[in-house]
Amino acid sequence: MAAIDITAARKSYGSVDVLHGVDLAIGDGEFVVLVGPSGCGKSTLLRMIAGLEEISSGEIAIGGRRVNDLPPKDRDIAMVFQSYALYPHMTVAQNMSYSLKLRRTPKERITAAITAAAGKLGLDELTERRPKALSGGQRQRVAMGRAIVRSPKAFLFDEPLSNLDARLREQMRVEIKRLHKDLGATSIYVTHDQIEAMTLADRIVAMNGGVVQQVGSPLDLYDRPANLFVAGFIGSPAMNMIPAVYRFADGAAVAEVEGGHRLPLAGPFPVPDGTTVVIGVRPEHVTVAAPGAGGRRADVSLVEPTGFGSILHLAPFGPPIKAFTLDRGLGRDGAAVDVTFDPARLHVFAAADGRRMDPAP
Amino acid sequence: MRRNPVLTVLHRLAIGLYIAFALFPLYWLLKVSVTPNDLLYSEGVRMWPSRTSLEHYAFVIANSDFPRFFLNSVIVSGSTAVIVTLVAAIAGYALSRFAFRGKYWITALMLLTQMFPLVMLIAPMFKILSPLGLTNSLTGLIVVYTAFNVPFATFLMQSFFDGIPRDLEEAAMIDGATRFVAFRQIILPLTLPGIAATLGFVFTAAWSELLFALMLISGNAAATFPVGLLTFVSKFSVDFGQMMAAGILALIPAALFFLLIQRYLVQGLTAGAVKG
Repeated sequence: MAAIDITAARKSYGSVDVLHGVDLAIGDGEFVVLVGPSGCGKSTLLRMIAGLEEISSGEIAIGGRRVNDLPPKDRDIAMVFQSYALYPHMTVAQNMSYSLKLRRTPKERITAAITAAAGKLGLDELTERRPKALSGGQRQRVAMGRAIVRSPKAFLFDEPLSNLDARLREQMRVEIKRLHKDLGATSIYVTHDQIEAMTLADRIVAMNGGVVQQVGSPLDLYDRPANLFVAGFIGSPAMNMIPAVYRFADGAAVAEVEGGHRLPLAGPFPVPDGTTVVIGVRPEHVTVAAPGAGGRRADVSLVEPTGFGSILHLAPFGPPIKAFTLDRGLGRDGAAVDVTFDPARLHVFAAADGRRMDPAP
Repeated sequence: MRRNPVLTVLHRLAIGLYIAFALFPLYWLLKVSVTPNDLLYSEGVRMWPSRTSLEHYAFVIANSDFPRFFLNSVIVSGSTAVIVTLVAAIAGYALSRFAFRGKYWITALMLLTQMFPLVMLIAPMFKILSPLGLTNSLTGLIVVYTAFNVPFATFLMQSFFDGIPRDLEEAAMIDGATRFVAFRQIILPLTLPGIAATLGFVFTAAWSELLFALMLISGNAAATFPVGLLTFVSKFSVDFGQMMAAGILALIPAALFFLLIQRYLVQGLTAGAVKG
């Protein structure tokens, strides 16, 4: 187990920069998830840590030791690939023992390690099979087994669940989390799936366009997204974004949306009156009630029942928004609803640079 | 779904026809080789002679230089196949996995070498090899065959390496292997079909090559079997029976070789065709 320190790490291919200086300190035993859309540089960063990509500039240290120029084999890390990358000509046991054999581990120790890992992953019956004869979930487990047999300094996961179907993915997610709890190993996990990021991470690193957008606990990112990108990326269904103009008059801060409608905000913001802003509000924070409850009346154009609740498509003042409600009866048969917003639940972002703004103290 | 029996019959018939067409020359080779000399011209065109004998085979083995030619061919084709495959495997791996300066030009150059008719190159080739003492020698033939087969074999091997995911060797390198160990222990075993295909291709190419062998070799001592076959053609007659018998014998090593590698070959020629 070891901490990983990344300092001003950059990656460029020729004149194209894919990673613009990443600083990140990952604590010993921490589970960090790198999340972002495809092409955001998250996989590149992971491969730089693994030693599969050169570091154009900056520094990466594992356990206090600079590894920039170390080949992957000397970094003592394990990696789980999206394709699993199992050796097709080796059995499950041979796949898992390959790294130990290369390190000339005594035979008894290898056998013990494999038995333990196979037991932990429920692979006891399958150790003599070839990868070809395994299901997707089993292959995934073998790939994990290959990583855990040798207790490396850190685990790297490169979208390990992307090739599984939804149910299996959910199940393996839990297993990875449990495994991390058991082993307490430093883990870096790359995914584009924000649910995986939210459920697995101690800390999430949200990336876009080769730049780290925000680092924080999952709930941090969910409750206080640092900018419009993080706000839009984390959460499903996605946060509603409503263009507005910031107004401050008579000691009250409001956001003036399309058609002059005003939404009260929580306290004054440190920007001048008339600044264009974007109001973000998560669907579950849009309060909807049967007509007559007060608030803005809105027609329901579409209902998406999820079983757990319903997603209502509304347009209370121009731009379409979504509201999530646990009341399945709302919006049925095209009935209108009354919409209200809790000022404390509204996120305010500067329209100019997308940065989050907080009320002045 | 059951298929229409008429279609099945037609299908089989078409395959049978195709095979018969392809194998007929070989059949004729066999037929002539077992026809005694006195029946060769007297019976007209028959599918099988009224009397067969192995006299041509006996003569070829006992009284001709054929065993010598045969051995020469085995040495030349075997060495060429092994050397070319080794070089092509390493070069193909490099072309498949590494980005390096001049890669495009090297590939273009290799392609260029495949565009010239061989006849054009015979004179210069002779001019190069002669002062080096490499004419009339098996080593010279091996060098020439190797040079001509490496480019195509490299492309062949490269396509096999391209079919093996990079993830595998990256996983091996993370597991603690150097790139070379990953190549030897992970990639090479998976490329066996490709290696077999390349070996087979180069072996048969060298085995049946006539042009260069004819030009570079003059005596019987270093002649390969295609050149040797020409010794059955004399000024006034062609000894068809013995020639065909020698031809049949020459098929044996090639057939054995393919029998040996066919298990990998079928896999190799279709590798990567479907998701596996």
